[in-house]
Amino acid sequence: MHMADALISPAVGGAFWAASLSAIAYSSRKLKQEIDEKLVPLTGVLAAFVFAAQMINFAIPGTGSSGHIGGGLLLAILLGPHAAFIAMASVLVVQALFFADGGLLALGCNIWNLGFYSCFVAYPLVYRPIAGNGGRAVFAVVVSAIAALQLGAFSVVLQTVMSGISELPFKVFVSFMQPIHLAIGIVEGVVTAGAVSYVWAAGWRHEDAAAVNWKKTAAVILLAAMVVGGVFSWFASSKPDGLEWSIGKTSGREEIEGRESGAASFLAGLQKKTAVLPDYGFGGSSEQAVDTWPAHNTGSSVSAVAGGAIVIAFVFAAGFLIRMFSGRKKAG
Amino acid sequence: MTKTGYFNFDITALDRLSCAESPAHRLDARVKLLVAVAFIVCVVSFPKREVSGLTPFFLYPVMMAAVGGIPFGLVTRKVIVVSPFALMVGAFNPFFDTTPVMHVGGVAISGGWLSFASIMVRFALTVSTAVVLISTTSFNGVCRALERLGAPVAFTTQLLFLYRYLFVLGDESRRMLRAFEARSFGEGSSTPGMKTVSHLIGALFLRTASRAGRIHAAMTARGFDGEMRTLREDKLKLADALFAVAAISGFAVMRTVNIATLVGQLVGQMVAGGAR
Repeated sequence: MHMADALISPAVGGAFWAASLSAIAYSSRKLKQEIDEKLVPLTGVLAAFVFAAQMINFAIPGTGSSGHIGGGLLLAILLGPHAAFIAMASVLVVQALFFADGGLLALGCNIWNLGFYSCFVAYPLVYRPIAGNGGRAVFAVVVSAIAALQLGAFSVVLQTVMSGISELPFKVFVSFMQPIHLAIGIVEGVVTAGAVSYVWAAGWRHEDAAAVNWKKTAAVILLAAMVVGGVFSWFASSKPDGLEWSIGKTSGREEIEGRESGAASFLAGLQKKTAVLPDYGFGGSSEQAVDTWPAHNTGSSVSAVAGGAIVIAFVFAAGFLIRMFSGRKKAG
Repeated sequence: MTKTGYFNFDITALDRLSCAESPAHRLDARVKLLVAVAFIVCVVSFPKREVSGLTPFFLYPVMMAAVGGIPFGLVTRKVIVVSPFALMVGAFNPFFDTTPVMHVGGVAISGGWLSFASIMVRFALTVSTAVVLISTTSFNGVCRALERLGAPVAFTTQLLFLYRYLFVLGDESRRMLRAFEARSFGEGSSTPGMKTVSHLIGALFLRTASRAGRIHAAMTARGFDGEMRTLREDKLKLADALFAVAAISGFAVMRTVNIATLVGQLVGQMVAGGAR
């Protein structure tokens, strides 16, 4: 499930961008150290495999629906976590940049949710200990797929709630996301286990030179937790109650706009709005009394609605005019 | 029919569009990328109940699509295709936030509906901007831009490989599915079960790995040393700089001044004046 730009705040998007970028940098360095540098681009070919594998839909028994695998865990088991993470990151970059699937700002969140947990948490901390020397490999794959998807889903919930754009309460969202992803995790695990045993049966062995450095992995996870936690707490302190904060914002602003009337005050209003500017920046203080709420002004609401409609109509009319004009020029 | 819509529908269409010629295509990829990022940051930084203030932002994707010759229908379709998640999450807002915050024609509108509308407007804006960026910039252009902006060469080279073999492996998996269909004699559904698919995926992985080995051998034989070299020079032109300055300062104005409300007030004044 891809996170969308529309649901996240710049701070959350930025924090996860930073976290994902550092994980990418770390993995590329490891990859270079461990295998021939020239082989690095060939991970690209294997990343294209993830795309192709995602194209193959299968029927999910008893539901009548169909699904496809994510592929992160499969690659981690077959290629090692670093190559797998790089491959997943590039798959998500291409999905964001070339299919517009998941936004540009949300890309960091998506790489984190769909790549990090399967490659750097589920694989080293769940799969490896359970699988041991290959005895319980199938069981290990299923359990780690469930773990990866649970973490990913939980992370989507956290990012959404931290951003505060959606009103979904944490509890409701969690109780909705986790069971669904439990089912998805089991399916993903079973299919991944089947694919892995098939590949192993054909004689494929990934030399585990890429054994995960436990200390470093722990350090990376800790660092990421600190970055994310830091952003979260900063937000929490600057707006103790997300709802109240935003009401204060909205009402403070409507109050100001409500005072404007008469064409003469048009420019004055413009100036005032510019002056209010710092207050719109995120994390700004909300001194603009919550107490003005709910004294909203009907006039300003109407002009906001009407103005919005006019602006949209104007923009699209201009677009069509340009299109018509340039079309004629080409034809002529 | 097997579902391989991802490939058939967008990528070829977007890929073809990105090779076209227009003023929008000629702009430097770095500049377009940075402007798109600035756009998205401005859009998502609005307070959550903002709707009217977001509307002027449609100017950018619409203008780029118009100038770049991108069909509006394609952009709209793409926005709708990827919308379910945002739609689903956003649709809960009206249930959880029922405080009335504005009145239009005597009807109270709750904060939840406003924030839901805001999410959908944000969604349309950010996705259409991404689509417009993609369809006016070639994949190579974006990768080079990323590289020039500091992304590691190993990573961008890998993206180029991924893109190149996307089509090849897409065809490969389509052939495998066709072979499956041909051998299942239309038994049951045309969607294979989990066991079959796990083996198909395993086989696809092995084929991909051996293909990657062959590619590597062939490229090494031709002197590949881990870096792609291009002849093309990347110099920023005056037009690029002007575009960047105009676009980003435009976003800054739209972010700070609610143009839609101003237009609404102005029109209201004019109507009132006319009535008098």
